[in-house]
Amino acid sequence: MGTRIESLPRSCQADRLMVTIKTGTHLPTRAGALNGVIVPEQPGKNAIEVRGVRKVFGTGENQVAALDTVSVSIRENEFFTLLGPSGCGKTTLLRLIAGFDFPTAGEILLHGQDIAPLPPYKRPVNTVFQSYALFPHMTVAQNIGFGLEMLGKPKAEIEARVAQMLKLVKMEALKARRTSQISGGQQQRVALARALAPQPKVLLLDEPLSALDYKLRKEMQIELKRLQHETGITFIFVTHDQEEALTMSDRIAVMSAGKILQVGTPRDIYDRPAERFVADFIGETNFLPGTVVSKQGGVATVKFASSATISAGYPEGFDPTGEVTLVVRPEHADLVADPAKGTIAGTLSNIVYFGTDTHYHVKLDGGDNFIVRHQNSRSSPVTYATGAKVGIQFEEDAARVLKD
Amino acid sequence: MTTATLSPTPLSPQPLSKAALFEAQAVKAGARRNRLLSLPALIIIGIFGVLPLIIICVYSFLVAAPYGGVQWQFSTDAYLNFLFQRDIFDDTLQFTPDFLIIYLRSFLFAVVTTIICLLLGFPTAYFMATRPPAQRNWWVLLITIPFWSNLLVRTLAIMFIIRDEGLINDALLALGVIEKPITMLYTNFAIQLGLLYAFLPFMVLPLYSSLEKLDFRLVEAAYDLYATRRQVLWRVIIPLSKPGIIAGCLLVFIPALGAYVTPLILGGGVHLMIGDLIAQQFGSGRNWPLGCAQALILMAAVLVALFFYVRNTSGKVQHG
Repeated sequence: MGTRIESLPRSCQADRLMVTIKTGTHLPTRAGALNGVIVPEQPGKNAIEVRGVRKVFGTGENQVAALDTVSVSIRENEFFTLLGPSGCGKTTLLRLIAGFDFPTAGEILLHGQDIAPLPPYKRPVNTVFQSYALFPHMTVAQNIGFGLEMLGKPKAEIEARVAQMLKLVKMEALKARRTSQISGGQQQRVALARALAPQPKVLLLDEPLSALDYKLRKEMQIELKRLQHETGITFIFVTHDQEEALTMSDRIAVMSAGKILQVGTPRDIYDRPAERFVADFIGETNFLPGTVVSKQGGVATVKFASSATISAGYPEGFDPTGEVTLVVRPEHADLVADPAKGTIAGTLSNIVYFGTDTHYHVKLDGGDNFIVRHQNSRSSPVTYATGAKVGIQFEEDAARVLKD
Repeated sequence: MTTATLSPTPLSPQPLSKAALFEAQAVKAGARRNRLLSLPALIIIGIFGVLPLIIICVYSFLVAAPYGGVQWQFSTDAYLNFLFQRDIFDDTLQFTPDFLIIYLRSFLFAVVTTIICLLLGFPTAYFMATRPPAQRNWWVLLITIPFWSNLLVRTLAIMFIIRDEGLINDALLALGVIEKPITMLYTNFAIQLGLLYAFLPFMVLPLYSSLEKLDFRLVEAAYDLYATRRQVLWRVIIPLSKPGIIAGCLLVFIPALGAYVTPLILGGGVHLMIGDLIAQQFGSGRNWPLGCAQALILMAAVLVALFFYVRNTSGKVQHG
């Protein structure tokens, strides 16, 4: 993976962002992104390189490997997301990069220099904490200026930069307030401004949106993307929210049990998951058991229990044989009224209406459950009734064989 | 806008709903109950706090009876005697700074005790607050162990440690470090040591309780924002533990200023502090009005010092 450039979703993101970039700030910007032209990432220019990092907590029999030999490269100016369920090691990796913990083994390179043994105050890396961790005894402006002050910058420069940051996060009016006197969303902005003020090489964000309500979270997602584009700083974002990861990231690393399972663009991760866990964790997925009959050039022919066969792709370096699990996204399948015309057939057990789309739950003849998602439109001609015999048709390349 | 309108003004009595009436009654009953609950404490404070204070105040303006007690005759001699001495023969007043010196020395002792307790207590409290939660209660227990025995007994124990034939001198002599014992008992050093020993827990406990509440993620945030250890201490930890520092300082300074047992035993009656001085007026001095006046002057001095201290420190907290 890696060489493919996903031009479509990236330019889409840039287009959407163009709307919000009207407030002019004089920060270094990604010229390419602002002009609507996406410059392909130059491979080899890595902001952060994690090499064979292991982190073990506890001693003796209580040892727990929070990170099990993780290696990943994060490019310059990238919005990189570490995605995984709680306890997968994503926050541990972030803390190692920030310097709050030190790796048991391995190296962490920042622009080619090993920073793993450095204390946090010697790393040009700042963090936005999940709890925001704003200093309650300081005002908003004092919080934002703290990092610059600690760096020993002259007073005039600090003031100018704080003013710039306040403008960037639209908090000018509240600069003299105490952090206890502002709302959660505003605290979030202050935390962001505080971490961005010293112009770090890399900004680490530890589930910064998890404490916000749904609407505010959506707003901040766009805001974060805007800030990343405007400042040109590499963002490493930790979340367990797959939707957040898909909508915001340039690339995602999916983590589970201390390991990175897959690194790729949101589209890569969603459409071509490398493992069953990735497919299961990101989006809704149907799993179908089958038997590999033959395979050729990355495409396997798989036979279902109902003796229907289908061709399915599989990830590189994986050799499917015998009993396997097929993965099909609910929106990559469609219902047909005639059971004989579908790839597989079953009985419609439930219809759930979601507004934008409808989920059809089908009990397959083999006994498994299958969900088909159909986008609602005014002209949807066919209506189905529960209990009806239906067929399920797959789109081209919809099915994939995955490692369990 | 004085033209009358037909609609009732907002102030006109509106019939309250049953629920509103019930609520109003409940609020009133609650207030009454709270007042009743505070009554026992108020009675105790009144009888054992305010009343004695009034007696002291009245006595300080009376004349001393020859064998203790007072004669009911108004006089300001007690206050005059604090700074002046009346000549027995020609009745003139002469300035005598003896009492003032004792007061100043006591203040000095109390200030030094407070500062050293703070310097020793802060790292201790920080250490305790950063232990795992299960361990912390054990540390608090260890700190409170001295309270399990009487201060008098503990002070006597110090006496046995630091006297000429005490543990320290014996050990140093045996090791050949010194040739003759170092005199420690009945010196200012002994008083200072005793005060530190007696009041250190009063500093550690409030410091601990405020450091325990400190959000250590703020410390991480400060490190992340390029603050060195020293800067984290001065810019984040100390400002945030200010309530504990203020409480600890007050709890050490005020009782240290009025300490009685410690200077009496370890100072050997030679190096007096305010507490001993006042006690003397009621004992061998047989001058109750003077003792009362001295006590009131001490109280006034403490109140003034407290006023400035709290005003300064709370101001700093507000301005960050």
